[in-house]
Amino acid sequence: MAERKLQVALYWGAACGGCDVAVLDTNEFILDVAAAADIRLWPIAVDGKYQDVEAMDDAELDVTLFNGAVRNSENEHVAKLLRRKSKIMVAFGTCAHLGGIPGLANQFSREEIMERAYLNNPSLEVGNRTLPQTQTDCAAGQLEIPRFYARVYRLADVVEVDYTVPGCPPHPSQVKAVLTAVVTGTLPPRGAVVGASERAVCDDCPRKKEEKRVARFYRPWQIIQDPERCLLEQGILCAGSVTRSGCGVRCPNSNMPCRGCYGPLPNVRDQGAKFISAVSSIVDSKDPEEIDRILAGVPDIMGYAYRFGLPGSLLQRSL
Amino acid sequence: MDFEPKIVGFLCNWCSYTGADLAGTSRIKYEPNVRVIRVMCSARVDPTFVLKAFEQGADGVLICGCHPGDCHYTEGNYKTMRRFPLLKRLLGDYGIEPERVRLEWVSASEGHRFAEIVNDMAAKIRAMGPCLARPALTEDPAQR
Repeated sequence: MAERKLQVALYWGAACGGCDVAVLDTNEFILDVAAAADIRLWPIAVDGKYQDVEAMDDAELDVTLFNGAVRNSENEHVAKLLRRKSKIMVAFGTCAHLGGIPGLANQFSREEIMERAYLNNPSLEVGNRTLPQTQTDCAAGQLEIPRFYARVYRLADVVEVDYTVPGCPPHPSQVKAVLTAVVTGTLPPRGAVVGASERAVCDDCPRKKEEKRVARFYRPWQIIQDPERCLLEQGILCAGSVTRSGCGVRCPNSNMPCRGCYGPLPNVRDQGAKFISAVSSIVDSKDPEEIDRILAGVPDIMGYAYRFGLPGSLLQRSL
Repeated sequence: MDFEPKIVGFLCNWCSYTGADLAGTSRIKYEPNVRVIRVMCSARVDPTFVLKAFEQGADGVLICGCHPGDCHYTEGNYKTMRRFPLLKRLLGDYGIEPERVRLEWVSASEGHRFAEIVNDMAAKIRAMGPCLARPALTEDPAQR
């Protein structure tokens, strides 16, 4: 079939919109994509209804870039729908890949989240006890809204994923590389992580690395840092050693530590386990009490170890 | 059937495994709940192993190494000592009770001590009941 344009959908699950903005951040390149492809669904930028997707033939779409985690029944429904309609399903961005920032909610139960958001929150009107319901009756009939799940899932937990593009958000140059690979049909074998490197962020970080021995940990605002030297050596918690590169080392180059958004390195199952191992290993003491004192300076270990990947970790959620 | 805890024990080759062996050759009776995995050094125990044990359904994890100063590799057990506090905090954030993870120093001559540690741990975990950290235990795809 000659001159058939590439059929593309972009969708967001539980996401902030940053991944969609990263696609737009490819600037004029997006016009080339629009010229080479029909964008059939893209809620942030293009009109398109779920019914239109439902009316498509199975595998009518060539590729879906799905960003965002699966937080509610709508996310799962659309993920399954797009999976059926697409030849290639891409988990695009960290939320779809590992759960991302929304995945931190897996530390709390659905009831705790509802209580905090709707009943016991300083910004609520005093005495308000309104909780969202999945169904309501009104003059127009019965209305339904999606059901909020007990926890956050990765895209791969609900549908089969063909490729993964990590990053929060993926670097625009990587977005470009991925879209080009789709257009030119030069994608690697199925299941691959694309648009990222096989090395750690540290490997690409230009900061000077010497000996890592830390007697105190600092939050970034607690210390005036040496902009030339490894942040971890200065006691600033940096996840560069346990994080896949490909981001262009944007954070350490901006004097901020790596937070780990590109996810674990190849062949690493659990990024947080590697993070605590790396951080502990630089503590400069052999005395149990002193070790405890130094490590007490590491706040919120769950938040640091799994800032972007709690649903993708081995245990997936807190009890 | 009554609940019997499954405890995964990572024992270092040089001291603790030999200590456990001594418990056996000395015919010391202790609880059969511990499944021993011999590692060359307690420092070989990557935190991933511990998380993986819980993910696979362990009710407790015991890590044993040489006493500080006695490490066959001079410093290995200090590395374990440094790694353990954050691991324990992380497991606490996961909702896994502190009694379920233990780091103990057991020398090659401490067969009795090894037996006591296992008995104590098994009794505490038996009283607490099974660990629900294994995702499959609390997940029902139909009930999301």
